[in-house]
Amino acid sequence: MNWNKKLDIKSLLEDLENYQPRRRGWVWRKHHPQKIGPFFYEDVSDSLKRYVALPSARHLGNIDPQPATTITTEIASGRFEDDIRRMRMAAYHGADHVMVIRTAGQSHMDGLLEGTPQGVGGVPITRKQVRAQRKALDIIEDEVGRPINYHSYVSGVAGPEIAVMFTEEGVNGAHQDPQYNVLYRNINMIRSFVDAAESKKIMAYGKMAQIDGAHNANATARDAWKVMPELLVQHGINSRFSERIGISPDLICLSTVPPAAPPSPDIKINLPYAIALREFFSAYKMRAQMNTKYMDSSTREATVTHVLNLLISKLTSADIQSTITPDEGRNVPWHMYNIEALDTAKQAMIGLDGLMEMLEFKTDSQLFETKREIQERAVLMLEEIIELGGYFTAVEAGMFVDSGLYPERSGDGIARKIEGGIGAQTTYPRHQDYMAPVTAHYGYNNIEQYGLKENPSELIGGSTFEVREKIQFVDELDLDDNVNVRLKQTEKYRNSNLIKPEVEWLADGVVTVDLFFPTDAETAEAAALVVGEKMQLKQVEVIHVEVLHPVEGTRIQIKGVFDEDIDLTKLKVVKKEATLSPEEILNYVKKNQLKIVAGTGGSDEHSVGMREILDIKHGGVEAYGFEYHYLGTSVPIEKFVDAAIETKANVILISLIISHDDVHYKNMKKLHDYAIEKGVRDQLIIIAGGTQVSSELAQKHGMNQGFSRGTKGIDVASFIVREHGKNDAS
Amino acid sequence: MKTRKDDFEVRRKHLKDLSDHELKTYFYKLLDDLIDPILNIAYKQTSPSIERSVLLRMGFSSLEAKAIVDVVLDYGLIGHGAGHVVYRYAKYHQLSIREAGLKIIETSHLDEIKGGFIHDELE
Repeated sequence: MNWNKKLDIKSLLEDLENYQPRRRGWVWRKHHPQKIGPFFYEDVSDSLKRYVALPSARHLGNIDPQPATTITTEIASGRFEDDIRRMRMAAYHGADHVMVIRTAGQSHMDGLLEGTPQGVGGVPITRKQVRAQRKALDIIEDEVGRPINYHSYVSGVAGPEIAVMFTEEGVNGAHQDPQYNVLYRNINMIRSFVDAAESKKIMAYGKMAQIDGAHNANATARDAWKVMPELLVQHGINSRFSERIGISPDLICLSTVPPAAPPSPDIKINLPYAIALREFFSAYKMRAQMNTKYMDSSTREATVTHVLNLLISKLTSADIQSTITPDEGRNVPWHMYNIEALDTAKQAMIGLDGLMEMLEFKTDSQLFETKREIQERAVLMLEEIIELGGYFTAVEAGMFVDSGLYPERSGDGIARKIEGGIGAQTTYPRHQDYMAPVTAHYGYNNIEQYGLKENPSELIGGSTFEVREKIQFVDELDLDDNVNVRLKQTEKYRNSNLIKPEVEWLADGVVTVDLFFPTDAETAEAAALVVGEKMQLKQVEVIHVEVLHPVEGTRIQIKGVFDEDIDLTKLKVVKKEATLSPEEILNYVKKNQLKIVAGTGGSDEHSVGMREILDIKHGGVEAYGFEYHYLGTSVPIEKFVDAAIETKANVILISLIISHDDVHYKNMKKLHDYAIEKGVRDQLIIIAGGTQVSSELAQKHGMNQGFSRGTKGIDVASFIVREHGKNDAS
Repeated sequence: MKTRKDDFEVRRKHLKDLSDHELKTYFYKLLDDLIDPILNIAYKQTSPSIERSVLLRMGFSSLEAKAIVDVVLDYGLIGHGAGHVVYRYAKYHQLSIREAGLKIIETSHLDEIKGGFIHDELE
């Protein structure tokens, strides 16, 4: 696979029936304090082979320090083939834990799904889909140079079967928590726990990291911060149950969410809870998830909450840092928001590097009193559950997800019947001769009757866990609903000259428009829809409304479908010319004694970009032997030409950042005209630069060239040498 | 549950003098007390999903596993293990495991082996 080429989904799907995953089990990042660029980092792992760094890394040698914590992204748009492209983008931004959300309702399906049907709010998890995505991640992890963990769900009424399939297919992590089935999916509690024991035994064999489901209580309870004692109980039940069945403690991960979000006093509530949790569960791992409970449609607000969540992770610990996309409050996550969430995590964690080397907690403060109180409340809740007759009777009594801060009870807990729910009365007592001739089977298994003491699968010459060839691969079952049909529908946009804007599916055409109206919110909403229509967007919807003032103004975001194809062959793509080698430039400049006058033009005071292009320490043109005369900032346009004549310079570099009312292009024109007036235009190479400068428009306004953001000294130096050479030759 | 006011201060009396370490130890003892009976149930029970997962590991597809477990359920033999039924069937007819499973799906017939199992449930 060439990193410079698009992933070809079709070829990925070829020969899938023979694909073998390269490993089983979870891989943690390796903590490796080290110097990266000019800085020493404490809480980092090795950098990636290929990556996209944070935007500001442009000024810092493009370094991309990777936290020591595993970073998760959750991807599932309903079309797994489109999700694969997003996974590749996510890996370049630092994700090494890719979690796939299941399609709505899969937890109630009694058995495995096969093929590749389209999903709703997630993807149908099937062997073919899992194998294709694991195969893609095998390619992607080679590109970035770091193992990527692939993850989905072992829950619902087909848990053990999914756990087997995941083990066979090299899935590295999974959610598994029978309490989730019981409380939120109304699956019968006996069936849930009986199945969970088998699922966990299989996951232990497959060395998968297990994530529990306790965090859902945050999202469900009316006042999320009041369920903190119960969260300790739920984490405890699933973690201890898992450990007793055989999952190694370092693969038992507690899914923990800081329960409160601003405007509640976030850290004051979340920190004592985070400490209480990490103290009680020190043998296990922490999967820190971000808060979704109070999420609204503002991506900015969500991001700030998530940064505070990241602060909690750094103040305490996080072995896995999950990310929630900031658009989750308004739609199924889009490509760019997965990437934003990953960058938020990376940026905050690297920004907070070494925090706890500098700080320590006041153990005699309210912080630790509150921590202890949460722990005691959790212990009291466990006591009462046992008094009531155990877990099952306590659930039946409505003990869980009550909105009261235990022992307070509001009487609004989720109650389930022991004999009720989906899959009730579907467990069966094992008989004395019960036998299962397979590996990783939990519970009573009478293999002695066939003369064996261990390794039950010897009876059949090995199970699929030992003899991979025994796995049966099912391709497609539904002729109308599968990946081949979908690929055909979008064929027009695959490896062709046509593209469309996109947010989740190839050529979905969805765009957003960000607007301000000087009106109240209702009027602004109505006006925004008209804007969408007049822009010829289809299916226009308001996705965000933010009052700036009740009557003075409202910010509105709309989405809609832009239903036009863009023909790549008709685009005017500005391709950066390859730069000359430093030696070539140096030799040429020396031989021809090239001189530059430079400055920021008109009333422009922004000199940072100009200095970067000039100074030797930023890799500016000075490094290539140019002699330059810096005129300073806010230089009158005429002075550039006068100074060039006076110093016998061959080149003028003018920086024009201010673009209001196209003043930058007007100044270019003025400079060009004045040089003609002075009769020196032919002898000068005049170059304009600035963040809003387009090469094409700069040339139209009389410049030899225009450079925009991302330009380096060597780009400008190469252009000057080529341009000067051209004039020499002619 | 019935509504109840926060009586934390009353309830916590026996906990308040425990050290943090003792409190944690007690928390895990309670957890084990809670979990032991659940583990015991799981040890002695099985389910259609568990049995299908056994058949997957024996080399059947999900569709085949479902069909076999349905026959085993019809015959009331799930308590002996669906994998066990296939194993017995293979021995009886001198077939490979895979051939035996496919034959069970084809015929939906287990009369010849159903008598050979021990029908006592676990204590």
